[in-house]
Amino acid sequence: MGQSAHLIWHQDTSIKGMDAIILPGGFSYGDYLRTGAIARFSPIMDAVVEFAGRGGMVLGICNGFQILLEAGLLPGAMLRNRHLSFICEDIYVRVENADTPFTNQCEPGQVLRLPIAHADGNYYTDPVTLSALQANAQIVFRYCDREGHVTSQANPNGSLDNIAGIRNAAGNVLGLMPHPERGAEKVLHNEDGVFIFRSILSALERNKIHQPV
Amino acid sequence: MTEESKALHNSPVPPTIIEQHGLSEEEYQQILKHLGREPNLTELGIFSVMWSEHCSYKSSRVHLKRFPTEGERVVQGPGENAGAVDIGNGLAAVFKMESHNHPSFIEPFQGAATGVGGILRDIFTMGARPIALLNSLRFGELDIPRNQHLLKGVVSGISSYGNCMGVPTVGGEITFNDIYSKNPLVNVFCLGIVKKDRLLRGLAKGIGNQVLYIGAKTGRDGIHGATMASDSFDDASEKKRPNVQVGDPFLEKLLLEACLEFLEQDLLVGIQDMGAAGLTSSSCEMASRAGTGIDMDVAKVPRREPHMTPYEILLSESQERMLLVAQPGKEETVLAICRKWGIDAAVVGQVTGDGLLRIREGNEVVAEIPAHALAEEGPRYERPAVPPHYQEFLQSLNLDTLPDVKDPAEVLLRLLASPTIASKRWVFRQYDHMIGTNTVVCPGSDAAVVRIKGTTKALAMTTDGNSRYCLLNPYMGGGLAVAEAARNLVCAGAKPIGVTDCLNFGNPERPDIMWQFIMAVEGIADACRTLEIPVVSGNVSFYNETNGLSIYPTPILGMVGLIERPEEITTQWFKHHGDRIFLLGETKEDLGGTEYLKVIHSREQGAPPWLDLDQEKALHTCLLTLIRNGFVQSAHDCSEGGLLVTLAECCLTCSSTPLGATVILTQHRMRLDALLFGESPSRILISIKPEHVNQVMETVQHLGVPITALGQVTQRNMDVTVRGPHDQPVCQVSMSLSDMADQWHHSLARQLGTEPS
Repeated sequence: MGQSAHLIWHQDTSIKGMDAIILPGGFSYGDYLRTGAIARFSPIMDAVVEFAGRGGMVLGICNGFQILLEAGLLPGAMLRNRHLSFICEDIYVRVENADTPFTNQCEPGQVLRLPIAHADGNYYTDPVTLSALQANAQIVFRYCDREGHVTSQANPNGSLDNIAGIRNAAGNVLGLMPHPERGAEKVLHNEDGVFIFRSILSALERNKIHQPV
Repeated sequence: MTEESKALHNSPVPPTIIEQHGLSEEEYQQILKHLGREPNLTELGIFSVMWSEHCSYKSSRVHLKRFPTEGERVVQGPGENAGAVDIGNGLAAVFKMESHNHPSFIEPFQGAATGVGGILRDIFTMGARPIALLNSLRFGELDIPRNQHLLKGVVSGISSYGNCMGVPTVGGEITFNDIYSKNPLVNVFCLGIVKKDRLLRGLAKGIGNQVLYIGAKTGRDGIHGATMASDSFDDASEKKRPNVQVGDPFLEKLLLEACLEFLEQDLLVGIQDMGAAGLTSSSCEMASRAGTGIDMDVAKVPRREPHMTPYEILLSESQERMLLVAQPGKEETVLAICRKWGIDAAVVGQVTGDGLLRIREGNEVVAEIPAHALAEEGPRYERPAVPPHYQEFLQSLNLDTLPDVKDPAEVLLRLLASPTIASKRWVFRQYDHMIGTNTVVCPGSDAAVVRIKGTTKALAMTTDGNSRYCLLNPYMGGGLAVAEAARNLVCAGAKPIGVTDCLNFGNPERPDIMWQFIMAVEGIADACRTLEIPVVSGNVSFYNETNGLSIYPTPILGMVGLIERPEEITTQWFKHHGDRIFLLGETKEDLGGTEYLKVIHSREQGAPPWLDLDQEKALHTCLLTLIRNGFVQSAHDCSEGGLLVTLAECCLTCSSTPLGATVILTQHRMRLDALLFGESPSRILISIKPEHVNQVMETVQHLGVPITALGQVTQRNMDVTVRGPHDQPVCQVSMSLSDMADQWHHSLARQLGTEPS
């Protein structure tokens, strides 16, 4: 997409000069403990929390989402998938809120086909928090079928309210279980993920004035 | 003998201990000759693992020489941690397959997981970044709960290790037969990519160079794992559970990244992973290959437990460990990189010029053995081989006693639901098959395809083997496995460029088993020679036997093919309504050893199909020509289940848009079941656009390959009409896609009692 990306080592403590932070998927510390529970203590995470606090854009994908939950940047927690096994396959999500820095290039209600690959994507939170997420349009993606119907059958992991991705109240932090980066190339037979990266670029362009220094 | 090693004289070992180490009297005499004295217990332990079947290939080595191992693309043939072939652009593909059968039966999750860990290390030891894993699994039938447990355990073990490592598991195969109930097979394949001129080898070169140990601390786990894998099972084998190691994939991920960093900074002279026989095999093999010796102090080895004896440290099979050789002065950088990745590392010894593996504990020498004697001069056996007395019975099959098929639709549904043929989605959705964003063809086609970033190229990979064919005729079975693997790659648009093998057999001390082995090796060798596919690495697993019952002879091939341009990547499922369907190759009355006979008539008998290697080769050339000309919409190898199952798979495998077909077949001097469900090799079902029909016919006929027009792709239903030689109607099979899909997609999950996914 014509952007340069820098890898930041987990033991670094500064993220100066970055426009946006992506916490990618993976198996931080092997996921031997609760997913993301150790990674959130990585030295770099203080800088990420601070960056988010100043309004910087933070995207957490899969294990990145789990780390954001553990770090308290997003509410809720992840449980083991409903049927207890790892799932790798393409699923569909419906864009529930197209008015975010991560989805502004999507139509409201647009259906995206994206790959998932996780064992712990069963999102859970308490009823009060769930109501708040619903009321504030913080649920950004819901699992759905190909036609966009949000059904229990279309829910791959048992996630509460079919939640696939949420944002924080301020709107600058997003976590999602699907992998947009795995569906961003024609040769991989899927380019739906590009909508999310294009949205981020467009938001950065628009918000240049508000960017944290 | 050195001054310090005089103490070695004083501790001879009682005969019962020698026997417990699985060494024969004759082998013990050879040890005496190599040492010029009695070994002590530590030395005896070292010899016993290094000369075990698992490490020394003592029963197989003379026969493996038959394999063609050379070719213009071969960069590294057998004898290293893995083989390597040139794929152009200055790159080499490094690959190997290995078995982890014995541990997986005893403890399926850890057995399979550490199998994956081991094969990954074999690849990154060569300096290559692993980009794909495949596996080949054999289990007993799923109506036995224990077999369900083994399947679930093995699949989650593979999934847990591969997923955590971030290496995609892109394909494989699984078949089921009760013969594997007490000896399941877990064969794992890995492929990596390396710059051709940066390939690393397991060499302890350069006298005075430093020997470093890195990775996990050594514990008491897996001591004598290699010896266990060199013996048959009996009912007490489950007690061997403590011999199975426990994997730590996250540590291995760190090890991988550290090793690739050493490579990038050119810090190493040699490197080898500590697999079977751990520190012992890695050190003596590295020294032996380089014609050097190693002097090593076990007191410097990082340990997990206190009070470990040199015997235990040397024979431990703790996972995720590597032995490195670096020039003096570079070891500090190596240690610094290890610190950065948080892994243990220590300088444990030096390379010497005396050819001896000398082990010290502090100042005391506790073992001193010529490295070459351990690694290369182990016993070699040309064991007696005699065809089994039951071979004639197996091959006798009087078709006249079997009724021909009455209701092909019902038979087709039963075959689609049989776990060997049914969709393996329940399995592969548990494997992360997409990580790395290179998997262009995911599991579910004839071969997996992974693109090579930075080039226009892609690699196709497959694992194949049909043990029933091998049981009935091991020579033919070996050749058929090679042919099918190559055909799968060609169907993906790839030219086969190299193969690795995993040869799973029973007890080689039995002449019937040895006969099966030798015949299968010959079959594989002849097929590889004719198809010009070099064997670059491999593994032999004997003693797959429990209470005297052996598995079927099960050679598995892991084959790699090269695709030059993305447009040539081809998949097995139908693409468009209206495309024309053709069969390349010829259907003969080949019912012997088929899945049909097993599932419908409960017979595993007959002669397997006859393989004509020249015809097979012509077929490959033909399909690749068609693909390169852009004529082929889909191509699917016709194998287990025969023509009707192949057609159904072409309709069903693209689950998002299943398509139908209307097909007319002619029955000509052949049973109906042979026409529909027979397994003649050298056949491929293709679909092409209507406007290409004439050009395709012309090309195929010019290349001398039989071609038959079958019909066309439709939007719904699979309708097959069979007519006699005079066009008279014989039968009509009309299947709804949803009925077939229901059986094919969900039967595996149903048999496992899990949710239909």
